[in-house]
Amino acid sequence: MDAVRRQFPYLRAKPQPVYLDSAAMAQVPDAVLDAVNAWEQSSRSNVHRGMHERAEASTIAYESARSTVQTFINATHADEIIFTKSCTEAINLVARSWGEQNLHTGDAVVLSILEHHSNIVPWQQLQERKGIDILWVDMDDEGGLRYDQLETHLQSGRVKLVAITALSNVLGTAPDLPKIISLAHKTGALVSVDAAQAIAHMPIDVQELDCDFLAFSGHKLYAPTGVGVLYGKRELLQSMPPFLGGGMMIRNVTTEGFSPADLPAKFEAGTPPIAQAVGLAAAIDWLKQYSWKDIQTHEQEILQLTIDRLKSIPALHILGAAGNFQFSIFNFQFLHGCLSFTLSSVHPHDLTEILGRKGIALRAGHHCCMPLHKRLGIPASNRLSVGIYTTKEEIDACVKAILEAQKKLHP
Amino acid sequence: MRKGDSGSAEKITPLTMDVYAENVLDHYRHPRNKSQEPKTKVQDSAIIHTEENLSCGDTVTVHLAIENDRITSISWDGTGCAISQAAMSMLSEESSGKSIREMEVLMPQNVYDLLGVPIGPRRTKCALLGLHTVKNAMRKHAGKEMQRWTETMGSS
Ligand SMILES: Cc1ncc(COP(=O)(O)O)c(C=O)c1O
Repeated sequence: MDAVRRQFPYLRAKPQPVYLDSAAMAQVPDAVLDAVNAWEQSSRSNVHRGMHERAEASTIAYESARSTVQTFINATHADEIIFTKSCTEAINLVARSWGEQNLHTGDAVVLSILEHHSNIVPWQQLQERKGIDILWVDMDDEGGLRYDQLETHLQSGRVKLVAITALSNVLGTAPDLPKIISLAHKTGALVSVDAAQAIAHMPIDVQELDCDFLAFSGHKLYAPTGVGVLYGKRELLQSMPPFLGGGMMIRNVTTEGFSPADLPAKFEAGTPPIAQAVGLAAAIDWLKQYSWKDIQTHEQEILQLTIDRLKSIPALHILGAAGNFQFSIFNFQFLHGCLSFTLSSVHPHDLTEILGRKGIALRAGHHCCMPLHKRLGIPASNRLSVGIYTTKEEIDACVKAILEAQKKLHP
Repeated sequence: MRKGDSGSAEKITPLTMDVYAENVLDHYRHPRNKSQEPKTKVQDSAIIHTEENLSCGDTVTVHLAIENDRITSISWDGTGCAISQAAMSMLSEESSGKSIREMEVLMPQNVYDLLGVPIGPRRTKCALLGLHTVKNAMRKHAGKEMQRWTETMGSS
């Protein structure tokens, strides 16, 4: 564990930080900073638009980053990987491009109550413009989905798309994607996966999943900010109109109009996040030195310990499945990456502020999931999230501080 | 407070200075003038107004009775963090008996002074939720349009 932590500049700080907010943003290892720095020093130049040596080096680095992402999520073709600025932009791309073209009055999009605002609002924007309906899939008491509701919605025959998270950024529960995708495809609906959280905590194979779109951000995967990825099946991406207009995304422009470029350039208008894409590829290469089995075993041990410790705190309530959970590794019901809790009569902002002053980083609020919090009947919660570098000592320090905060506010 | 949060060097907001000072915690644990019902006898004329901080779900409802351009009775109810609730508790004591004119010139700085602890940018809205609610209750009384958060916060 020390060997992992030592590779992160922030985690080398003294006194040792207790960083339990990786679900909002993961820390970045030396290897990624070095790769970005190396590109800045020796290749910095725009891509696909110069004959000189640097332009070529930069283009090679950028396209090689695309291949790295392709391999990481096992996409069939490199041009199925579109670089965006974030997961949010990637989802908006699907809504604006595919949605505008394929959704019409009376059509429906299915969302789950677990969704992040990034996977809600783009569809609500379409709802207003295109006269479509949004059909919601509720959760059960443990944070699993009501698959019966999904089936009912799909049977209406109106559903063109199911937009679903691969991992809740509040409850840490993972919907059964293979099941959702197979149900949706049976009725001809497409599936768009929000993998913002899942990408750092579980292996993702887009061919095996057979999802139609998948989006994530680099910064939750130990990579720089400012880069995201949209995966889409090639035939779909090819049939979709461009999203943003500008340089790079055209084949030809005349005073009369333009014709769009081929994939992936069609969806990458303007100068792309080159350094960030290089950093993302470095993060993936760095992460791949560890096996998913080791990463998951470690993270799940930490989460198990967290649950055990938190349960010993009076008046603390863990949201969703962890409330009464059985340890079973690699089980879909298990938690990945994070869990959230409330503490009776201690407001999340007070708790995280008191913890923050002790150098312990947790996140408080609705975590961009207001509908989920409304469903749970609470305005806000505290989220504790883990990463490959999280230690048992961090959990112990956090639990101790929670008890102290509780005592301070209510002696 | 973190580096870069604010350009104002005169605000003393070191991490070491505790926001949860005893007087804040005292008002939080034992809120003054808190009740679910307006406590005025002239209940019919009570002005009731609620504001919410959506980002954390804190709410404050104030009940005011105003006679001869003066607040003759104030009570409030709410849920939320220690800062928002303590600030409202203090503000209710401060506002009692004040004239409409005196209420109009009440500024964020007055609330910060009542709290007596450093309020960083992260907690501004918590500290000012009560002020925002009272200001808008006064506006409701005057039949004026509600003021926005920027107006409540910007008048410092
Ligand atoms: C589940 C989920 N979806 C989408 C996002 C949006 O990611 P970004 O803000 O990087 O676009 C997040 C980030 O918090 C998330 O947790």
